[in-house]
Amino acid sequence: MEYIVLLFSEIYKILYVLIPVLVSVAMIVWLDRRIWAFVQKRRGPNVVGPFGLFQTLADALKYIFKEIIIPASSNKIIFILAPIVTMTLALIAWAVIPFSEDYVLADINVGILYIFAISSLGVYGIIMGGWASNSKYPFLGSVRSAAQMVSYEVSIGVIIINVLLCVGSLNLSDIVLAQEKIWFVIPLFPMFVIFFISSLAETNRPPFDLPEAEAELVAGYQTEYSGMMYAMFWLGEYANILLMCALGSILFLGGWLAPMDIPLFDIVPPPAWLILKILFLFVLFALIKAIVPRYRYDQLMKLGWKVFLPFSLIWVVLTSGYLLYFDLLPVY
Amino acid sequence: MNIIRIFKTVFLIDFLTGLLIAIKELFKTKKTINYPFEKGKISPRYRGEHALRRYPNGEERCIACKLCEAVCPAQAITIESTAREDGSRKTTRYDIDMLKCIYCGLCEESCPVDAIVQGPNFEFATHTREELYYNKEKLLENGDRWENVLAANIKADNPYR
Repeated sequence: MEYIVLLFSEIYKILYVLIPVLVSVAMIVWLDRRIWAFVQKRRGPNVVGPFGLFQTLADALKYIFKEIIIPASSNKIIFILAPIVTMTLALIAWAVIPFSEDYVLADINVGILYIFAISSLGVYGIIMGGWASNSKYPFLGSVRSAAQMVSYEVSIGVIIINVLLCVGSLNLSDIVLAQEKIWFVIPLFPMFVIFFISSLAETNRPPFDLPEAEAELVAGYQTEYSGMMYAMFWLGEYANILLMCALGSILFLGGWLAPMDIPLFDIVPPPAWLILKILFLFVLFALIKAIVPRYRYDQLMKLGWKVFLPFSLIWVVLTSGYLLYFDLLPVY
Repeated sequence: MNIIRIFKTVFLIDFLTGLLIAIKELFKTKKTINYPFEKGKISPRYRGEHALRRYPNGEERCIACKLCEAVCPAQAITIESTAREDGSRKTTRYDIDMLKCIYCGLCEESCPVDAIVQGPNFEFATHTREELYYNKEKLLENGDRWENVLAANIKADNPYR
């Protein structure tokens, strides 16, 4: 009996995080398309529901009723598994995101490592999808995607080290609380910019959307997918984008903290601050999608390995040297 | 690489300029129309769905001269005709295969009595192919439905013919 109560209370807690995330993924797809349209002076989806807000739900409904085509020469088990893996991995990372001081599903001590591990595993969904399709475009797309995600993960890792040096803890709540005096975006501004650009590459967003470059690769690893399986890839992709936005706002923009310690800002509940920061970063994501051309593959690799990685490594030396010299190292 | 180029690259100057332009564009008026609710202006010469017209007294205009059938580059029109009791030649069959039709407007051009015309309607998509094999009844019905617009369009285009 005790176990059943425990089980249901845990499931309740999970749903309490999962459902808002899924709903906001739907809304964020709409927002993305809408901003993209507005920059190009189009109207975007505006028919289904108020301002077209339910467009994504209508699309999802359509995908559910579509036939799922499994190519005859594909590896069927892996083919079916790939979108499931992508979506699951994109969603379970939300377990450690702190929405406020006590609103966090799993307050584990290695939260940032957990997120980093999960987002590295995210490559597998894409590789599995591309390989199991047994077709040239998905395969090329997934190879590109794997190389790209792995190389940018390295620089993201080094950037995170910068933040961790200033915090002295891997717990995401501690990282947010360490920013009570000053958000890390100010002392570590170059790192924030590089983190932002790397997270664009990490989530395969333009200008780094090489894995699904329409002009060359049809739709990359998603080419052979249809119906609900395609929708799950799509959902996983946007959940990942939201996750990177959340991570960016937790690491650099002070998470749920208000911008200043003014009583007026206390009216807004802490999770709303986090959501606002996520939205701000996402609007930037969407604007960038509208304005930039796609990188060439060698430029992408050059940027990752020859610019971002050395620069963030040098910055690690600078940060740690500064902290050591002024005796500011955090003690835990 | 000169100094300015390096400066621009390091501080993402070009990128930020682009971002500013994008933000400005966000608030400008939209260039597209809200299609199903508002529609673009259509020229009187617009070559849309076909229609067979009648005279005001209800008599069919078509005299079965078969010029349209002859001129049709896609051979989409099929006409059969007989002489009626009063001696006038009328069609017994007037079919247009809307799937063959290339909407060139030559049938309308060739018609000596303005019987076959192409109206302003372009929203006649159907679920099956069969529904797009138009026969005489369908074309006459179209003519009756769009007569006001068709007459106005022919009148508006008259000075240029």
